[in-house]
Amino acid sequence: MNTKLAFSLLAAALVAAGCSKETPQAKKDGGAAPQAAVEIKIGHVAPLTGGNAHLGKDNENGARLAIEEANTANIKIGGKTAKFTLVAEDDQEDPKVGATVAQKLVDAKVAGVVGHLNSGTSIPASPIYNQAGIPVISGSATNPKLTEQGFKNQFRDVGRDDQQGPAIATYIAGVRKPKLVAIVDDASAYGEGIANEVEKTLKSVKVQVLPREKGTNKTTDWKAVLTKLRGRNPDAVFYGGMTSTAAPLIKQGRELGMKAVFSFGDGACEGEMVKLAGEATEGMLCSQAGIPVEAASKKFLEAFKKRFNADPIIYAPFTYDAANLIIEAMKKADSADPAKYLPELQKIAFTGATGPIAFDDKGDRKDAEITIFAMKKGKLEPAAVYKGGKVVPYQEFMKTAAK
Amino acid sequence: MDTFLQQIINGLTAGSVYAVVALGYTMVYGIIQLINFAHGEVVMIGAMVAFTVINALVPYGLPPLVIVLIGAGCAVPMCMLVGYGMERLAYRPLRHAPRLAPLITAIGVSIILQHLALLIWSRNVLAFPQIIPSRTYMIGGAAITTIQIAILAICFGLMAALAILIYRTPLGTAMRATAQNPQVAGLMGIDINRVIAATFVIGAGLGAVAGVLYGSYYGLAQYTMGSILGLKAFSAAVLGGIGNIPGAMLGGVLLGIVEALGAGYIGDFTDLCQYSWLAGSISDCEGGGHFVLFGSNYQDVFAFMVLILVLVFRPKGLLGEVVRERA
Repeated sequence: MNTKLAFSLLAAALVAAGCSKETPQAKKDGGAAPQAAVEIKIGHVAPLTGGNAHLGKDNENGARLAIEEANTANIKIGGKTAKFTLVAEDDQEDPKVGATVAQKLVDAKVAGVVGHLNSGTSIPASPIYNQAGIPVISGSATNPKLTEQGFKNQFRDVGRDDQQGPAIATYIAGVRKPKLVAIVDDASAYGEGIANEVEKTLKSVKVQVLPREKGTNKTTDWKAVLTKLRGRNPDAVFYGGMTSTAAPLIKQGRELGMKAVFSFGDGACEGEMVKLAGEATEGMLCSQAGIPVEAASKKFLEAFKKRFNADPIIYAPFTYDAANLIIEAMKKADSADPAKYLPELQKIAFTGATGPIAFDDKGDRKDAEITIFAMKKGKLEPAAVYKGGKVVPYQEFMKTAAK
Repeated sequence: MDTFLQQIINGLTAGSVYAVVALGYTMVYGIIQLINFAHGEVVMIGAMVAFTVINALVPYGLPPLVIVLIGAGCAVPMCMLVGYGMERLAYRPLRHAPRLAPLITAIGVSIILQHLALLIWSRNVLAFPQIIPSRTYMIGGAAITTIQIAILAICFGLMAALAILIYRTPLGTAMRATAQNPQVAGLMGIDINRVIAATFVIGAGLGAVAGVLYGSYYGLAQYTMGSILGLKAFSAAVLGGIGNIPGAMLGGVLLGIVEALGAGYIGDFTDLCQYSWLAGSISDCEGGGHFVLFGSNYQDVFAFMVLILVLVFRPKGLLGEVVRERA
């Protein structure tokens, strides 16, 4: 309890620091447009502490960039200059904290929310936003359940596990042709969800799957599980979980002399894997919902680099688009009132940093792509793109995309 | 069979680290009946200091072993300083306070140390530099790495050294005397404050080494790493009999092995499909399917299950003596 209190104090301090940074710019805008400005708060939630804080910060930066750009563009909503502020919260990757933070944002009367990063925190938070009628767009929560609850205000501009799981499973089954596959997950909504989808797809193409092994989202010692798996000698291992647990998993697997191909979902599909697990990551496979960061629009990549002096990690283009979608819908409805701009969001057709975006009835992105990556000499290189049930080699995809 | 042997090796390695950390808990408890919950944080600081020093030294092209030794050589005195500091500043003023006060202070110290580390080393998972090339040796089908051998050698070496210190030196005699009765030990001319400070310093030094070993073994370091490690080591100390030094060693090693075997085999035993009288009634079992009741994610639960079982059936621990309440 004390730790949590300290965490929230810290988070509050971070938010305060973030706000004070924005003040000079707000003053500048005020000088250019003297008439009354209306303040529109947009929430963002991601873990800013813990093992995946770097991904949380990446997501937050995406949304922050969109909002800063909107502020310099002097957007008028309801006849007044809109001044957008980002209310960034830390959900510590904890479902309970996720719900608390959601209530906090509702109480702060935010007009829309970008987030949360994890499915495990997005799902418990979603009824709270739904009750308050606040539109939420996640740029990274891929568990199917999120948009299967029938909430009209819930969206995501990223693919779903039931697309991502089949993508990586189809790729492994088609290209690596394993006889026996072991599946491990971290017992989180995300990890279990994607692992279930992988298992379903593998079984449908008659690949044998070992009984599921599980860890937690804090496991660093995988040796007991891996030793057990080594005894069964699988050709491939799939792990549904995040980088901070996936890195020790692959490293310890290699230490135990396992030769299997290790594969992961998007939670562990980033360069950080090499930093934490070194050479053990060579040859690993992983999938990311959407398109590779480097395939995001040039304009976004340059602006992001200029503003944060770093490249986006995975989902920043998606949270950037999510924030822009909210702003765009507000512009179309000429109102920041959730009830008024929500219908605009449902029927939006918008081209963002990640390509054309439109939502289906559930709030999922129409025709989302999934990219399969392979680790080569310490770099994740796109190997193939999965779209509409088919795996296309990456070079071919870029060729057709260029046309 | 090679799987079983491998699980034992895994368990021994993790267990010997638990044992070294557990010594820090049990020594302090033995002497002032305080459960120093901040001890896990001392271990974390040991790993973090070594992380910083090793990373700073890598560009100078010294031999890897020398760099790691310097890293550990900086971590140990640093942690000893932290150990001394918390005894002097946080616990000594509360020596005669009700027992709950120092206990809560210990939790406070733990939070302070954790957040200091957060400020200094960031909230990210850090890649603990693994500069000594690791080789894997195969013994009867089980893999053992250089670092595992080093961990086993260092941990058992430290335990032996500590046993000599406690049972064969004047300081050790003074510590045992203070543990038995501080007032009488004081009357016999023992400087109690010095002995208690020494206990904290030695425990912290052991913790620092454990931190460096833990970091090198898993290749990770993070400001939160101390809490779960601390809890497990505490369970190990209770398992062996808190306050009892050989007990902490035994408890640590046992706990490591129980955890490894538990996580390795529970899934097989609780796969209901292997029991033919049950399999018929479970639809998942059809066509060679599985229905596993408890999976390997219960690994961390074992440590605490052991703790509860010991507290229920043998509250004084495996090697613990009957504790007489002092008058």
